[in-house]
Amino acid sequence: MKLDPAIRDQVLATVPSLRAFAISLCGNIDRADDLVQETMLRALAHIDSFEPGTNMPAWLFTILRNLFRSEYRKRRREVEDPDGRYAETLKSHPEQTGRVEFAEFRAALARLPSDQREALILVGASGFSYEDAATICGCAVGTIKSRVNRARTRLADLLAIDSVDDFGPDRATRAVLAGGGRN
Amino acid sequence: MKNRRTVNVEEKAVDADKPEAWDTMGRPVNPRRSEVRLGREVQARIGQQLRAMYEDFVRQGVPQHIEALVRRLTEQDDGTA
Repeated sequence: MKLDPAIRDQVLATVPSLRAFAISLCGNIDRADDLVQETMLRALAHIDSFEPGTNMPAWLFTILRNLFRSEYRKRRREVEDPDGRYAETLKSHPEQTGRVEFAEFRAALARLPSDQREALILVGASGFSYEDAATICGCAVGTIKSRVNRARTRLADLLAIDSVDDFGPDRATRAVLAGGGRN
Repeated sequence: MKNRRTVNVEEKAVDADKPEAWDTMGRPVNPRRSEVRLGREVQARIGQQLRAMYEDFVRQGVPQHIEALVRRLTEQDDGTA
């Protein structure tokens, strides 16, 4: 197909963020690249259904998200993956997903239910409005808001174990604790 | 308790908040308000980490094979457009 170069450039310009979304969703760069590739094939095959002037990122993210969902459902049927196992994989093989310093955060992210994870990433990292995120996920705006809130609360719980010092209640309490004769 | 050790509290911008009351043990008199603020600090940190992780991926750009695929699919004239 011959495609307007401007549309093609819009597609390419979206790829870095689309791929970041894919990696954040599935926690594995190879799988993410497969998803992005599949998304490109599907999007370009149906480029006529994209209305120029509308939100290209939202359109591509919707396609990728739906591909991820159907693949995820298939995998769930094939292999029952016990909770936490995937997170352990991320911890022990951080090189598969990038920099080591984010391994712990990614492991916590991986333990969120996938509907909460995608909502949090879309709103908190990809920069979509709640409305766009709701369109991408095919649900109500209120549903996105509550998923994002639950995701944040759950992440705080998961990360709190190792972050007590960072998140100490206040300097007064910290000063008292530090001077309280421990050690 | 008189001889307190110095605690490193840099980056803890709690001074920005309105003063709160503390009991003799340094505990907030109004713990509920403190919980709210703690929640905000935690949420801000989570937001930062999420964006930092994501930006790290974004900076990797477009993989060569994907760019090649898109260009190939959009430049060939096979009569489908």
